[in-house]
Amino acid sequence: MSEAQTMNTTMTPMLDVDNFTLGYTNAEGRLVSVLRDVSLQVAPGEALGLVGESGCGKSTLALAMMAFLRSGSQVQNGTIRFHEQDLFALKPKMLQSLRGGRIGLIPQNAGQSLTPTLKIDAQLYEALKLHSDLPRSQWRQRAIELLQQVRLPAPEAMLERYPHQLSGGQQQRVAVAMALAGQPELLILDEPTTGLDVTTQAHILELLRTLRQELGMAMVFVSHDLGAVARISERIAVMYAGEVIELGSSHQVLLQPTHPYTRALLDAIPRLDAEGLPPSLPGYPPKVGSITQGCAFAGRCPHAQPICSEQDAPLAALSGHQVRCHLAGELKRPASDSKVVQLPVQSSDEPLLMLEQVQISYHRQGLMDALLQRPAPVATVDGIDLQLNKGETLALVGESGSGKSTIMRAISGIQPARNGQIRLKQDDLNLPVEQRSKALKRRVQMIFQNPDASLNPRHTVFEILQQPLKLYFGLNHDACRDKAAELLSLVRLAPHYLDRLPGQLSGGEKQRVAIARCFAGDPDLILCDEVTSALDVSVQAAVLKLLKELQQQRGVTYLFIAHDLAVVKAIADQVAVLYQGRICQVGPVSEVFTGHHHPYTRTLLNAVLEPDPNHQPVIQGDDCSEQYPPARGCAYQRRCPLAEPRCKEQLPPWKTDGGNRIRCHLELDALATLIDRPQMIKAVNA
Amino acid sequence: MTAITMDMNTPVTKPASRWRQVWSNLRRSPSGMIGLSVLIFHLLLALLAPWLAPHDWTLQNGYQILQAPSEAFWFGTDHMGRDLLSRTMMGGREAITVTMLGTLLAVSWGGLVGMTLGFVGGRTDAWLMRVIDALLAIPWLLFLLLVIALVGQQTWTLVLTLGFFFGIAVVRVVRGATLEYVPRDFVLAARTRGESRLTIVVRELLPNVLDALLVEAAMRWAWMLLAFSSLSFLGFGVVPPTPDWGLMIADSRGMISIAPWAVIFPALALSTLIISINLTADALAKAIGLDRAKAPV
Ligand SMILES: Nc1ncnc2c1ncn2[C@@H]1O[C@H](COP(=O)(O)OP(=O)(O)O)[C@@H](O)[C@H]1O
Ligand code: SF4
Ligand code: SF4
Ligand SMILES: [Mg+2]
Repeated sequence: MSEAQTMNTTMTPMLDVDNFTLGYTNAEGRLVSVLRDVSLQVAPGEALGLVGESGCGKSTLALAMMAFLRSGSQVQNGTIRFHEQDLFALKPKMLQSLRGGRIGLIPQNAGQSLTPTLKIDAQLYEALKLHSDLPRSQWRQRAIELLQQVRLPAPEAMLERYPHQLSGGQQQRVAVAMALAGQPELLILDEPTTGLDVTTQAHILELLRTLRQELGMAMVFVSHDLGAVARISERIAVMYAGEVIELGSSHQVLLQPTHPYTRALLDAIPRLDAEGLPPSLPGYPPKVGSITQGCAFAGRCPHAQPICSEQDAPLAALSGHQVRCHLAGELKRPASDSKVVQLPVQSSDEPLLMLEQVQISYHRQGLMDALLQRPAPVATVDGIDLQLNKGETLALVGESGSGKSTIMRAISGIQPARNGQIRLKQDDLNLPVEQRSKALKRRVQMIFQNPDASLNPRHTVFEILQQPLKLYFGLNHDACRDKAAELLSLVRLAPHYLDRLPGQLSGGEKQRVAIARCFAGDPDLILCDEVTSALDVSVQAAVLKLLKELQQQRGVTYLFIAHDLAVVKAIADQVAVLYQGRICQVGPVSEVFTGHHHPYTRTLLNAVLEPDPNHQPVIQGDDCSEQYPPARGCAYQRRCPLAEPRCKEQLPPWKTDGGNRIRCHLELDALATLIDRPQMIKAVNA
Repeated sequence: MTAITMDMNTPVTKPASRWRQVWSNLRRSPSGMIGLSVLIFHLLLALLAPWLAPHDWTLQNGYQILQAPSEAFWFGTDHMGRDLLSRTMMGGREAITVTMLGTLLAVSWGGLVGMTLGFVGGRTDAWLMRVIDALLAIPWLLFLLLVIALVGQQTWTLVLTLGFFFGIAVVRVVRGATLEYVPRDFVLAARTRGESRLTIVVRELLPNVLDALLVEAAMRWAWMLLAFSSLSFLGFGVVPPTPDWGLMIADSRGMISIAPWAVIFPALALSTLIISINLTADALAKAIGLDRAKAPV
């Protein structure tokens, strides 16, 4: 299909970025270039993916395509033309009608940034008022059509809701509907699925694919997730340090990557069919403006030659595939399997953390409830039985709202369990954190998803590390400083980082500081809540490797939350699949991923994206999260394709196959035959 | 173990500290620089007035009452023949001392309570905020007069009462600023680490709301100066014969048509001080990146 489309795309570009160079004046008053000599075209109806690590200029380029410039920026060279018109020469009035009209934008976190105080109808009417000629009387009709177009159930009822009454996926759909209000010819999407969980992400991507077919829109799809880009785009531009370093069809870029950077990025992605940790890409992209000569990637490139840092790399065209590298076409791709990092597991049989019949509820019985004898709603999390041995990693997986974080909050003592037992060896973890002894607090530490939020922006790295050292060991200033430097070296950071503020560190460095802080207490158990999902793939691989190495050195135990199943497979020994606060399946990673599957585990595995244009995730059901878990029977009954009448009445029993335990009424063999054979466990490069 | 060398090739230029950044922003604001210069001039003058004053500020001279400004008495004299220049120079000392201490008190208790309420949240916060709102609705000047009439007008009573009343508004602002940081993970991280509430408020939250607190302090100070001078004007502030702007204006207001200078100079001194504080506070808020228009109250 892409052959024909690529053919006619080259004839009449709709959007033409020509030798575009964009600069801004930095704090030292120097004009530095964020985008350098970017040339690419988007044809009508075509989907172009922009990928690269954060800070490489993807969003800047995407916004420039609607002539949005951040303050202080200026066009240094080149043009961007939309239907032959130079966007930067347009009058403000024209530009305004173009934006949101013929060119639509779905910004980062669009769903979360809907106005919280306005109902959905008001938000859609606002978009219609600005970007369509429809008379007021037809707005409601059109709003309903738009909501149908984005496949939202019961659109009329949806109009009356507030954003917070919708799930994350539904909010994202509303954001898409608002962008469609102006009937755009070109839709620019900036990380539209980042932060959504696997199943929701698969649904949104599917929606975008069908919308593009139905409406014939062109799309520019920005993402750091190559799996998501592979689903949407026909062509992919890989960006590095403000340059397009590789541009070609998605088959060419993803399956025969030529530039060393593209290859390194692809290798760093953990995959379900690979064993062990993916190799990481060392170092960081150069600072804006620091490279003026030679190939920007030379500092990190394994193939760098003397010529690379002396002369700018030319953009070589290899059979319709552009690559900016001196050695383009000469580099052979090594077998990627050989690069996989394997670390031996050192777990013991000594149980460290035990959860028995744990029940957690956010509901607090109020006076009115007691008087009216209202029954308490079904507990958010119930019947959790888990055992974690010393030195092991247990991963909790499930979509958002499945209670993963809630279980962590109970273990850390922030939201104590209502019923059941949580123990760390002999010690009672049912106590709220305030009542735990200092030694017990020290032994359980936590690492958070987003280091931007978990590090105090006003504390230097030293002050951040000093706090636990003072709290748990009462060290004085000098001793703290020595110990803090030691902790930094543990996470492979040099001691000069001690006096920096978090704002002066990159995402990966910040997460390393957060890891160092957690090791300051010399813990036994570390709770990791989505610790890599806010990081670039290249950094993610390095952080995962660091965590694994620290586990070997220190013998710590991890309870790991992640929504990326490939990450879980790479790092965990045991995995527990949660749905609506109930465990569906639990067991050793190898058996859970390759052995028998619970129907929900299968749904999750089917929705996994791969950086492969031929890979098709299978999605089923809808992405509306349920408000409450069912009161009786199987937690998964409402969405299970195999549900039977008894599933609604009786709690299913555990079925065991070796270490793999599945909670379902169906026999394991019946499950295996009823769910179609696994499609996803297949060799990517076959 | 593989070492990952990170960031080794980029030279470590230590970026300017935050406060130096704020200072360089502040320097770019002309109104802020004017305000700050006038403010510093006022403070220095008040500090050095006893040595700089050309005449004895309490010496009455029956032969020289209500003299117009002249070479000998630059600002003229009052109805008791006292040199107005010396009195104006001295007249800010008490006001500035009392209001500075009062502001310090207001910001300390208001800030601590505001941060704690924001951090604790829940019902305690909801109820105490209602109390704060009720207190804010009290006509504070009347109440202040009542308190001072009851306990007397010693310096420390003035500091305490002014500090208390002006702290109420600070609670509101600081609580609002705190609420932005409480849901952040670094607060949760401190809680899971097992830090005490006081440590969380002082170590984690204070550095983040310090900006808002500083700007608030400057604004409260300006208002408190006005309040203190009003009290003096009404006879509840400084006890004569200590010179004070409010008192001087009150004493001379009957003679404004025959001796306008006796009112104008102390009024000018008071208003330039208040305006300079306001200009500085505004510029500071902008330099820090806080927008006062957005702040509650
Ligand atoms: N503070 C809270 N009050 C009430 N309900 C909450 C609160 N936090 C989370 N929940 C609910 O608990 C459920 C589980 O949430 P969470 O543990 O955050 O899931 P996950 O980590 O898997 O995304 C969701 O239904 C969510 O709405
Ligand atoms: S030009 Fe040289 S340094 Fe740059 S990517 Fe190619 S081989 Fe590597
Ligand atoms: S018990 Fe029933 S509803 Fe639950 S997973 Fe099994 S078949 Fe589906
Ligand atoms: Mg979560």
